[in-house]
Amino acid sequence: MPNVGNDLHPYLRHQMMPTVWCPGCGHGNIARAIATSLERLELDLGHVVVLGGIGCSGRTPFYFNTNAMHTTHGRVLAFATGLKLANPSLTVIVAMGDGDALAIGAGHFIHAARRNIDLTVVLYNNSIYGMTGGQQAPTTPRSFRSTTSPFGGIEPAFDAVDLALAAGATYVARTTTFDFAEMPEYISGGIRHPGFAMIEILSQCPTYFGRLNQLGDAPEMIEYQRNHTVMAGDESQIGRDDLLGNLPVGIFRQEIRPEYTHQYAELSQAQGGDYRA
Amino acid sequence: MRLVQGNEAVVLGALAAGCNFYAGYPITPATEIMEQMARMLPGRGGVFIQMEDELAALGAVIGATWGGMRAMTATSGPGFSLMQEHIGYAAMTQTPCVVVDSQRIGPSTGQPTMPAQGDVMQARWGSHGDRPAIVVTASSVKDVYDMTQQSFTWAFTYRLPVVLLLDAVLSHMRENIELPAVSPPSLPTSADSADSEDPYKPFGNHPFVPFSANTRTIVSGLAHDETGNTRGAVGPASEQILRDSLSHLDEDYQKITRHRNYRLEDAQWLIISYGITARAARAAVDILRESGVRAGLLELMTLWPFPELIVKSIARHVQGILLPELNLGQLVLPLRAAVGGLCPVAGLGRADGELFTPEAIAQAMISHSRKIERRVSHHA
Ligand SMILES: Cc1ncc(C[n+]2csc(CCOP(=O)(O)OP(=O)(O)O)c2C)c(N)n1
Ligand code: SF4
Repeated sequence: MPNVGNDLHPYLRHQMMPTVWCPGCGHGNIARAIATSLERLELDLGHVVVLGGIGCSGRTPFYFNTNAMHTTHGRVLAFATGLKLANPSLTVIVAMGDGDALAIGAGHFIHAARRNIDLTVVLYNNSIYGMTGGQQAPTTPRSFRSTTSPFGGIEPAFDAVDLALAAGATYVARTTTFDFAEMPEYISGGIRHPGFAMIEILSQCPTYFGRLNQLGDAPEMIEYQRNHTVMAGDESQIGRDDLLGNLPVGIFRQEIRPEYTHQYAELSQAQGGDYRA
Repeated sequence: MRLVQGNEAVVLGALAAGCNFYAGYPITPATEIMEQMARMLPGRGGVFIQMEDELAALGAVIGATWGGMRAMTATSGPGFSLMQEHIGYAAMTQTPCVVVDSQRIGPSTGQPTMPAQGDVMQARWGSHGDRPAIVVTASSVKDVYDMTQQSFTWAFTYRLPVVLLLDAVLSHMRENIELPAVSPPSLPTSADSADSEDPYKPFGNHPFVPFSANTRTIVSGLAHDETGNTRGAVGPASEQILRDSLSHLDEDYQKITRHRNYRLEDAQWLIISYGITARAARAAVDILRESGVRAGLLELMTLWPFPELIVKSIARHVQGILLPELNLGQLVLPLRAAVGGLCPVAGLGRADGELFTPEAIAQAMISHSRKIERRVSHHA
C-alpha cells in the first residue's frame, strides 16, 4: 500500500492497490490531489462518483472508495452527463487523459463544456498516449518524438485550456504535478464550482514521453515543467508548440453561468414536472 | 381506441414501462421517438437530452441507468453502427437499457426513408466479443407498444441491452390501438441492494442495483468478477458471468421467444417471417390457400435468442420453408442451421427499399414448392 498519509486512507479503495501506474508517473500525484480535495471538502463518499475514460489516467476511478465507472475511450463525459442528470445531487468527478479528452473524446468534451453541466474534469495531460505505449497525442508538441512520430511530430498541439474556454466551460484551470499545493486547490475549486469545471494538470510519463525525448527521470521531468510554465497574466513569450513552452498556468475562468441540471429543472417544473436539481 | 404512429407507440410503451430517461441523436426514420420524448418527459419529471452523437446517447443512457433511471435511446442504421461499442459496454457491465433501431436501407447512408431488415445480424453480433442478446421486433403498431414495454422488463430481468428492431414503414405507419391503463413499475432503489452480503456482488447472477449512498460499486468494461474486481486472473470469472447470463436466457427461452402462428395446423408449406414483412406474408398465406396450396405462417417476434426449438418442431411437419426478409439473406442463416436437413429452406431477399407484395411471396413459395416436388419425383 502506498504511503498516502493517514488522512487519505478512507478515500481510497485499498483492494485495488497497488495502482497500475509506473514508478515516477505523475498520474499518482494527481489522484492524490483528488483525494486531498475530497478530504478538504469533507465530501460524503456515498454521494461522490468518480468516472474515468480509457488510458492510464482512466484507471483513476478504481482507486477511490466511491461508486465508480471506468467507461470507454473518450466517451466518459457522455456517461457522466447521464449520471449527473439522473441524480443531480451527486458530486461527479471525471478523470480523462489528453488523448481521451482531446482526440477521440474531443466532441464530447466541447459539448459537456458548452452545456455547462456540473461535472469536474481532471485532465491528466502527459503529452502522449501512455497506456498504449507512447504514441503521438493531440497534445504532443511539434517536433517531439513518440512511437508514431519517430522522426519528430509535424502536427501542432492542442491547448486544452483554450478549447475549454472557447467551448464555454465556466471553471478553467491549469497546473502541473510540480505544483503540489495548486493541484488540490484547483481541483477543490472545480468541485465546488456549480458548472462545468476543467482542471488540466501537466503530468509526467517518464516511461514513454520522457524516454523517447530524453527528458530524464521523473524528478527531472517535473523540474522541466516548473521551468517551462508561467503564471497566467505573465505569459508574453508563449509558444504553445514548444514543449510546455512557457505555458501559462493558473485559473483562467471562474464564472457563474446557468448550469444544465438547474436549467433542466426549471424547464421540467414549468411543464408541471417535479425534476429537481 | 386511438390512432397512433409506430414511433409514438414506442414512446407510449416506454412510458408505460416506467421509462424516465431518454438520450438520443436525430435520425430518420426514428426521429419522432426523440421529438415526442422531448415533449413528454420534462412534464413527467423525467429527463430528456439531445446528445452530440449516438455513442454519447447510449453512454448517457448507461450513466443514467447507474444513476437509478429507466433509460432508452432510439436510432437507425448509421447511428446503430456507432452505438455498437456501448452496446458491448452495456452487455459487459450488465446494464439494463433499451435500444430501438428503426431499420433503413444500408449500408452507410443508404436510403434514409426506405424500410429494411438489414440490421438483424448486427443487432446480435455487432459489438466485438461474445454477449447475451435479446433482439425483438414487431409487425403492427400495437406490437410496437407491447414489445417496447416488454423490452424494459427483459432488460432488467436479464440485465442487458434489449434491442427492438423496427423499420421505416412501421415507424411511420398509423393504426388504431387500444391503450391499456397501466401503472409504471417501481424503480429499484438502494433498499433493494442485495442485503450487503460480504463481499458485495453487484455483477453476475444478482439483480441490478444502481449506485446509492450504500454502494461502492465499480462499473468497468474490463473483464471482472462478481464483485467488480478487475485485478489478477479474472478471465475465468468473467467468462463464467457471461456463461451464466447465456444459460439464464437458455433456461427462460420459452418465456422470451414470442411468435404467432397463422393457419399452421394443416400446413404443408411454411412461411417464416418477421417485422413488417410478416404482414405481406400473412396475406400471401391467404392467396396460397385460395389457390389450393396448404401454406401457413410462423411469425417471429423474438429474433434472438433465435427460436430454434419452435422452428424445428414445425419444420418436422412441412415439406418446405420460405423466409422472405428485407435484406439479402440474414435470418435465413440461423434458420438453415436450426432446420438442418428436416426440409428444404429457401430465402427470399430484397434490399432496394421496397416492401414485398403478398403476391411476390406467394409466387416464391410456389416456385420453392415446385422445385422440391420436382426433386422428390426425380428421386422417386
Ligand atoms: C475505441 C478505442 N480506441 C483505441 C483504444 C486504445 N487506447 C487505449 S488508451 C489509449 C490512449 C491513452 O492515452 P491518453 O488518453 O492520453 O491517456 P494516458 O494513458 O496517457 O493516461 C488508446 C488509444 C481503445 N481502448 N478504445
Ligand atoms: S505509461 Fe506513462 S502515463 Fe502510463 S503509467 Fe506509465 S508513466 Fe504513467
